[in-house]
Amino acid sequence: MSRAEAGAEPRPAGPATLRLLGSELGILFRRWRTWAMFGALAAVPVLIGLAVRFSGRPPSGRGPAFLNQVTENGLFVGVVALVVCTPLFLPLTVSVVSGDTIAGEASLGTLRYLLVAPAGRVRLLAVKYASTALFCVAAPLAVVLGGTATGLVLFPLGQATLLSGAVIGPGEAFGRLLLMAGYSAVSLLGLAAIGLFASTLTGVPVGAMAATAVLAVVSQILGALDQLEWLHPWLFTHHWLGLADFLREPVAWDSLGQNALLQAGYAAFFAALAYGRFTTKDILA
Amino acid sequence: MSGPGGGSGGGAAIRTDALTKRFGAHTAVAGLDLEVPRGAVFGFLGPNGSGKTTTIRMLLGLVSPSAGRAEVLGEPIPDALRRVLPRVGALVEGPAFYPFLSGRANLERLDTADPLAPPRTRAARVAAALERVGLSHAARKRVHAYSLGMKQRLGLAAAILLPRELLVLDEPTNGLDPQGTREVRALIRSLADDGTTVFVSSHLLAEVEQICSHAAVLRAGRLVAQAELGALREGARFRFEVRTPDAAEAAEVLRRFGVEPEPAGPGIVAGVAAHALDGGGADRPAHDGVPPPEAVVAALVAAGVRVRGFSAGAGSLEERFVELTGEGFDVAG
Repeated sequence: MSRAEAGAEPRPAGPATLRLLGSELGILFRRWRTWAMFGALAAVPVLIGLAVRFSGRPPSGRGPAFLNQVTENGLFVGVVALVVCTPLFLPLTVSVVSGDTIAGEASLGTLRYLLVAPAGRVRLLAVKYASTALFCVAAPLAVVLGGTATGLVLFPLGQATLLSGAVIGPGEAFGRLLLMAGYSAVSLLGLAAIGLFASTLTGVPVGAMAATAVLAVVSQILGALDQLEWLHPWLFTHHWLGLADFLREPVAWDSLGQNALLQAGYAAFFAALAYGRFTTKDILA
Repeated sequence: MSGPGGGSGGGAAIRTDALTKRFGAHTAVAGLDLEVPRGAVFGFLGPNGSGKTTTIRMLLGLVSPSAGRAEVLGEPIPDALRRVLPRVGALVEGPAFYPFLSGRANLERLDTADPLAPPRTRAARVAAALERVGLSHAARKRVHAYSLGMKQRLGLAAAILLPRELLVLDEPTNGLDPQGTREVRALIRSLADDGTTVFVSSHLLAEVEQICSHAAVLRAGRLVAQAELGALREGARFRFEVRTPDAAEAAEVLRRFGVEPEPAGPGIVAGVAAHALDGGGADRPAHDGVPPPEAVVAALVAAGVRVRGFSAGAGSLEERFVELTGEGFDVAG
C-alpha cells in the first residue's frame, strides 16, 4: 500500500469515529468488570423476589416502594429493584465506568498511544462519553430484565394496578417498565458527565470513580435536607425517584421533561469542563 | 558543539527552536535546538532524567512546550498534529497495552483510533506488522501473558501499522535480551533503508551507536552535542595501550613517538597521541602526527619489550561523550 493511499486521501471523519466508538464498546463490554456489574445489578431483583416469595409473610407496606404489589404481579419485582438501585447501586456502576474513561487509559499508558495514533482529544472525549451513555442505558436494563425474569418465575403475571387506581395488562406493564429503565438512563447522564470530568483530572481511575460516587451520595443528602429546599431543583439527583410517574394513568411526562433538561444542563456543563481540561492537559502518564 | 549534520531547514524531519518545558520550578528541557535531517537514523542520547522523554512528548503533542517552537515533517507542532501524527509512528516511554486483549486486538484498537487508517486493509496490516516484529505466533494471546520483550516488539508493531515517514522510538531496546536487541536494531536498520527517518532515544550509547548516522546528547535538559557520528568522532584522541611487564621500557618507546604515557593499571601502559584525528575514521590514523600502530609495535619489540597485548584506535564514542559532557554517561543529570 502506498503512502498516498494511506494518508493523503481525505476520509470522512464520521464513519471512522463510529468505528472508534465500536472499538470502545467492544472493550467496555468485553471486560469482566462490566459483566460483574451487570450481574450484580441483575441480582438485586432476584434477591428481592426470593425474599418476598419465601419469607412467608405478606409485605406489610413498609420497605421499598411497591413491594406490596410484587405478590400480585411479578413485573413489580423489576419496579422495586429499580427503585432500590437508584440511590446507590446504579450511580455506583456509572461512577466506575465514567471515572475510568480517561483515567483508566492513563493508568494503563494506552492514553498516550491513542492520542499519538492520533485519536484526537476531542474525538476521544466524545467517544468516551457516548460509550458511558450507552452503559447508562444498559445498566437499568440489566435491573429490569433481571426483575422481569425473576417475576415471571416466582409470581403470577396478572393485571397491574397503577398508583392512580387504573388497571393495565401485563404487556403494557412491561412497556412501562422499559420506560422506567429509560428514565433511569436519562437520570444517569449528568452523573456520567461528572465522572468524565473527574476522569480527566487524575491518572488514578479509582480516585475519579470514588469522587463521582461520593458526589452522587452528597447530592442526595443535600436533597434530603429541608433547609436547602431552594437548592433541590438544581441537584442532579433531584428527579431520580421520579420513576413512579410512569405508574400513573395517564403517564406524567413533566418529571421526565424536567429531568431531561436538568441532566442535559449537567452534561453540557461538565462535558465543557472535561473538554477544557483534557484539551490543554499535559499527558505525562 | 553545534551544527546540524546536514540537510536544509525545509528538509528536516524534526526541527526545534529553543524548545523549553518547565514543570513548576523544574526545567525539564531547556532551549533545545534540534535538527534531524530526513532519512537519518538519529540517536537521541542522554542519561535517565535528562529530558529525552519530555522532548519526545512535546514532539508528539502530548505535552505542550513552555517556550520555543517545534516542527515535525515540516509542519508546526502542536497546531498541525492531526496532519502530522498519521505520518509518524511512535513508541513513547515503554509499551502500553490493554492486558485483557490479545496482541492483535490491541493493534486493531490503535489502528481504529487513527481516522486516516483504511479499515479495509486493517486486518492485513496488523498481521504484516506482527509478522515483521516476529510476534505472529502470539497474535491471539492476551498481552497479559506477554513478556516485556514481547510487549516492546508489539509496541514497535503498532508504530509500523502504516508506512511512516518518521519513527520516534523512545528506548526501543529496553527490556530486551541481547538477541531481541539485535533484532530491534536490524528492524530499525531495515526501516531506515526504506527511507523512514528514525529518531531513537537511549540511555545506552552502545546500543544505538551501531545504527545511527547522527546523534545528539542531552544532559540536564540541555543539548551538549549534536552532529553526524563521524563528525562527533572527529577530534577524538588516538590512544595506544600496551600490556607488558616491562612498563618503563614501553613508556620510553611510546614517548619516542610523541605519545605521553600515563598510568593505566598494573601491567598496562597507555598514552594518547599528541594530535587529534580528522574526520576520516577512527580505525586508522590519517594525521601526520599520529604514528602508525605497526611502527609502534615494531619499535616496542625491537626495544625488547615483552608485548602481551596491544591496541590502538580512537576511544569509543562513549568515551568521547564522557569527554564532551564531562561526566559519566549513566549518571542522572
